Formats: sequence, C-alpha cells, structure tokens
Amino acid sequence: MTSEGEYEVSEILSVADTGSAVARMASEIVAENPGADELAVVGIHTGGVPLAERIVAALERLGAKPAATGTVDITLYRDDLSQIGPAPVVRSTDITFDVAGMTVVLVDDVIFTGRTVRAAIDNLMDLGRPRRIELAVLVDRGGRELPVQPDFVGTRVDIERDRIIEVLFGDDGDRVITYPCPAGRR
Amino acid sequence: MVALQSKDLLGIQALSEGDIRVILDAAANFQTLAARPVKKVPALRGKTVANLFYEPSTRTRLSFELAAKRLSADFINITAATSSAATGETLTDTAKTVEAMQVDFLVVRHSMAGAAHQLARQMECSVINAGDGPHEHPTQTLVDLFTIWEHEKRFEGLKVAILGDHPRSPATISNIYGLKKMGAEVTLVGPSTLIPPGVDQFRVRVATRLEDGIAGADVILLSRVEITDANRLQIPSLREYARFYCLTPRRLALAADDALVLHSGSMNRGVEISPEVADYAFPLLVQQVTNGIAVRMAVLYLLAGERE
Repeated sequence: MTSEGEYEVSEILSVADTGSAVARMASEIVAENPGADELAVVGIHTGGVPLAERIVAALERLGAKPAATGTVDITLYRDDLSQIGPAPVVRSTDITFDVAGMTVVLVDDVIFTGRTVRAAIDNLMDLGRPRRIELAVLVDRGGRELPVQPDFVGTRVDIERDRIIEVLFGDDGDRVITYPCPAGRR
Repeated sequence: MVALQSKDLLGIQALSEGDIRVILDAAANFQTLAARPVKKVPALRGKTVANLFYEPSTRTRLSFELAAKRLSADFINITAATSSAATGETLTDTAKTVEAMQVDFLVVRHSMAGAAHQLARQMECSVINAGDGPHEHPTQTLVDLFTIWEHEKRFEGLKVAILGDHPRSPATISNIYGLKKMGAEVTLVGPSTLIPPGVDQFRVRVATRLEDGIAGADVILLSRVEITDANRLQIPSLREYARFYCLTPRRLALAADDALVLHSGSMNRGVEISPEVADYAFPLLVQQVTNGIAVRMAVLYLLAGERE
C-alpha cells in the first residue's frame, strides 16, 4: 500500500471520474459488441481483476451481462523471467468457459509497454481460438514497446517513464493516483 | 516474488517450512495447467534441462522430462549405461562436459550419498538431486507432501507411519525431514534390522510391531520391499517380512478412518501391501504421477529466477 505522506502524490482520476470512465467504457463495449451471449470479460492479474468486476457490473446495469468471466495470470508467459530477480508468484489462470468462438475483452488497469497484454494474449490462445480479442484499460500511459493498442480507454495520460501509476480499488469507490518511483525500485 | 535460497535443490534438510510451502503453492497452480488443452507454457523457453541418471528410475526420469517440456525447456537425457560414464569417467568429468553444452539444470540420480552435493559445489548450473542412494530424494518427498496436503489440508499433528526397506528406500530420510518440518508426527515401522542406525536424532518414533506403528495413523507411506544383495542379511525372506509387515485390510483397520495410503511406486503386491489394499491405494498412486509433474514444474520454475 502506498503511504501518501512520503511521496508527492497527485490524482489522475477521482472517485467520480473513475466511476464515469468505467461506465463509458462499458457502453462502448456494448456498442462495439451487440451480442452479449458471445462476450467474455477477462481480467489480467492483479490490477485487471477488480477492474473487470467493475466493468461486468456496469455491463449488467446496461442489460448486457457478459456470457462468461474469468481471470488470466501472465506470470508463466513473461519474457523477462531471468531478469527480474526471484521468480514471481504463479497465480492460476481461471477460465472455465470455452474461449473458442467468443469475443474476449481483456481488462487491465494500466497499459504501459504492452508486454503484459502480449503475454495475456498468448495465454488466451493456448486455451482455444477466440473469435476476437479486445482490450480495455483504465489508464493508457503511452510508452509502448510492442504494437499493442487498447480498444476501450478510461483516460490517456502523458507522464514521465519513471513515475508509478496506481489504481486504488476500494469499497467506497476507486481512484487513480501517481507518485515518483521510490528509490530502489526500477 | 519468492525465492529459494540456493541455486540447487539437494535435499529437504536445507529447506525451511516456508520454502516447502512456496513450492507446494506453486505446484497447486501448475497443476491447473494439466487440465488445459495446451499443457505447455513458455516460462523456461531457451533453458536446457539435462537428466543424468546413474540408476534406473523410469518414473522420476519421465516426470522431470515432462515437467521440463511443459515449461518449454529443451531436454536431454543421459543414462550411465549408454554414456561415457560406463567407460569409467568420473561423475564430475561427465557433469562438467554436460555443463559445457550450456545446460541450465542438471537433474542427478546416483547411488552414492552426496553425489548431487558434490556436483552442486563444482557447477555453475542448478543441480537437482533426484535421489542419492540412501540419503535424500527431495522431489519425491515434495510430491508426497503435496498429495497429503491435497487430501488432509493440514500437517500439524498429522500422524504418519512410514513402512518399507528404509536403508534402500530413496525418500525415507527426505520424508522424515519434510514431515517433521511441517509439524507431523512420524513413526518409522519395520524390523530392527531395517531401522537405519542413528535415526533417533530425527526425533521420530520407531515401531518394530506394525500394529503399534500404524495405530491411529492418518497417513501411511509405503515403498517397495524386495530381496537384493544389499539387504539379504537383513530380511530373512519375503514371506517372513510379509507375515509381519504386509499392510492387509485387517491391519489397515487399525489406522484412522479413511487413512491415506501412499505407495512410492512399483508395488510388490503380497509383500509390503496386500492385493486388496493395493487396489485401494492404486488411484492415489496414479494421482501421485500427475502431482509429480506439477511439483517438478514448480521446482524448475522457482530455481530459474535470478537470485540476489
């Protein structure tokens, strides 16, 4: 958890802004995919999972409850295992439906280099052959190292590479903050 | 992020309870991969795993091979009978030659206690002990612990009886270390000729009567008993061993209800286990094979991360 006293913390999206961004993304997803019976919403561990839950709730409010939901863990698909120190914790990918023929909306909180999304797409493809994969992110901070672009975006920010963007999910609303990278972290 | 302290996995002795839990947790997640249509993940792409086996152990060898392949590592198999080891080359020379082929993991099975430890000191690559004679066989123990956890969901206070030809059984010492570290109560069962000297230092109970040893046991670990040149002075005959130590339905009834019977493989029906109990235990033995792949994937994966 971030202790806000130690760093200079600024807000990117307030609780109200975050709520309306999620609602707008949900309505864009409905507009793009009219048939909810072939729609699956899949959150990428860790930050994408609570965001996916919010998007699913917003879709339900629009009367477009997705046919399936799930989570993916990209740990085993990373391209930097031997560069990142001790092995990251493996969480399970929890997709119990058949992805074949589905339109899968991948959800992550922040998109940066695009490497996480690349890994998540590889993971999904190992589970079957989705008809289509779309990408929804709350914050697009630029800095892409791969040709991966989101289809649904909450907000775009132009920010220095070494700052951290964090989505704080809470019971009384979510918000997005940014602070400088603490010493000792890359 | 989690790390094992060492680049190698040589025995359970050097692991902490926390290390064991990290491995078992990772194994539980790797196990979910077995249900997928594509069972392979790219985590160890570009790494090479070599099996160097000086003793036959088909089950362990195949398990490591599949674990490596499901993590997308390249895999080579060296068996002593067909390699230069048969010409009298030393273990170290053979292993160094293999390492020169840019191998990242060396999985070693050898009849001499300490063989893997010696190699680990001399090698840059990760060394995994797949059984060093009467000493340790850590991955077998981790598989047993994983299966026990799956069924019992606890270790603390669990009563475990271990039966078999203890001086020859590859995992007895590892099992004692592992179970004691996790808080289980361990009883070693067998005729006094098969109880390894110095076993009292492990703080385990020793029972020379099977009935005493398995009374109230939650888990019974069995391994194959057969007469070999090494033990023919310690076991007079298989009939005599079976008469006193064969796990029969009547003896099994002394253990706790629904006691878990885990056999380490290739059962000698009618010797250490009666055919009826063997049939009861067989589904678990099959499950142990599946669990073995997941546990070895977890070990390879956790050793592959860089250490500080």
